[in-house]
Amino acid sequence: MRFERAAWWFVAPALSVIAVFFILPVLAALAISLTDFDIYALADVRNLRFAGLGNYVKLLETPLFWHALGNTLYFVLVGVPLSIAASLGAALLLHSRVARFKPFFRTALFAPVVTTLVAVAVIWRYLFNTRYGLLNYALGGIGIHPIDWLGDPRWAMPAIIIFAVWKNFGYNMIILLAGLQSIPEDLYEAARIDGASRWRQFLFVTLPMLSPVLVMVGILTIAGYFQLFAEPYVMTQGTRKVSSGGISGPLPPLPSCSFS
Amino acid sequence: MKPGFAAPLVNGALLGAAVVAVSPLLWMLSVSLMAPGEASTFPPPLIPARATLGNYRELFAHAGIGRYLANSVFLTAAVTLVSLAFNVTAGYAFAKLHFTGRDRIFKLLLGALVIPSQVAMVPLFLLLKHLGLVNSYGGVIVPAMAGIFGIFLVRQYALSIPDELLEAARIDGASEFRIFRSVVVPLLKPIIVTLAVFTLLGTWNDFIWPLIVLTDNSLYTLPVALASLSREHVQDNELMMAGSVLTTLPVLVVFVALQRYYIQGLMVGSVKG
Repeated sequence: MRFERAAWWFVAPALSVIAVFFILPVLAALAISLTDFDIYALADVRNLRFAGLGNYVKLLETPLFWHALGNTLYFVLVGVPLSIAASLGAALLLHSRVARFKPFFRTALFAPVVTTLVAVAVIWRYLFNTRYGLLNYALGGIGIHPIDWLGDPRWAMPAIIIFAVWKNFGYNMIILLAGLQSIPEDLYEAARIDGASRWRQFLFVTLPMLSPVLVMVGILTIAGYFQLFAEPYVMTQGTRKVSSGGISGPLPPLPSCSFS
Repeated sequence: MKPGFAAPLVNGALLGAAVVAVSPLLWMLSVSLMAPGEASTFPPPLIPARATLGNYRELFAHAGIGRYLANSVFLTAAVTLVSLAFNVTAGYAFAKLHFTGRDRIFKLLLGALVIPSQVAMVPLFLLLKHLGLVNSYGGVIVPAMAGIFGIFLVRQYALSIPDELLEAARIDGASEFRIFRSVVVPLLKPIIVTLAVFTLLGTWNDFIWPLIVLTDNSLYTLPVALASLSREHVQDNELMMAGSVLTTLPVLVVFVALQRYYIQGLMVGSVKG
């Protein structure tokens, strides 16, 4: 089997990397979660004991877990709809027949997606600055008192949501735009002949035709937003209150754990 | 909506959205050119009174940013090159070569695509520690040498290569590697560029994994160094903005230059759902 052997040479490097450095650690994480794995087990495997679901019970009894879960749910429940609404709005504008300079606008709206999260978090931390931040300055212009965005536990999450929507909406915008472009034009024509207004065309042609893409975008965004870590880690560092972190937020970074 | 109103309304809204999207980036550039302390005044200044490159000089002279820049460039180049080689060969094989269990393995990979990488992080860290790769360039490069998404992207594209072309080359007596090099790679060029851009941007911007695996200051990548610098220099806004410019500008330039490939890849990749 000359072909069979050659084919294996093509896939072997990639598959071994994925098996050893991804699949194996995932399975190990599952297995370790059922044991009392700790620093003693690290020194000698014989110290490892099966703990069943004990770790999960312990986790569920930890108030910080519920607190972090609540924060993450807040972020997902508010952030995901806002994010998708912004993406859909931008995609509809870009798709509009009367829109001009489309490539330019598309690039501009997509730019935040490719920026480095840590770098733009530094920018936004400054935009959110209570005293010198542009945001409070602009709000002051319409008579709103300065908000302590990142210090006040009530405002930290809205601030992180605003930042996350700004950073991410361009990604779904491109996918939704592709979805909009694939809706056949004659459907709109038929709706127009029936006398449907723009709004009714959107409700009864655009939304139903776009729904498979919207569902996919929704699932991907929910999955992504549940993994919130770097945004609060960078933005509320120093002034960080436990209450503003996501599930992974309040944990110390790994290098400071006892592994090293 | 009256047709006469539609055009200004749509274009006005687009302009507004573009301003919201881009102005934080432009403002970052502007503040990075301000003198120390200038941005910490009220009302916040939009442009520097006298533009200076002092912050950048300070970053290179005292904050050691040159080292972090070099680390980022090296790690991004290494990961991109190696993972391209591995993912492109595997993606092609999954599309066009036959081996036992091919489709079953591919389905398994697709299933594993939904597992967030955070799940693997702690055991991966322990594994790399065992291999002596923690706190070394290898700790960043080795786990990133292949990726399911990359294999998937290449495979979808390679499916369109006509089998007759490969058969003809085989009849001419070319080896499989020869065929790959002289027939397949030229045909896959567009998707190779797409994947290269994806990998490059992803590796450059990655924060959590380098933060975990690199403990030695001198190995830090730009994002990790920036996060650590911003903890020390909470008040030095102008300096931090210069650091942010150095971190973001390279990826923005790559994106603007190659955005056609990037956005095309995004659309191919999004079909995965």
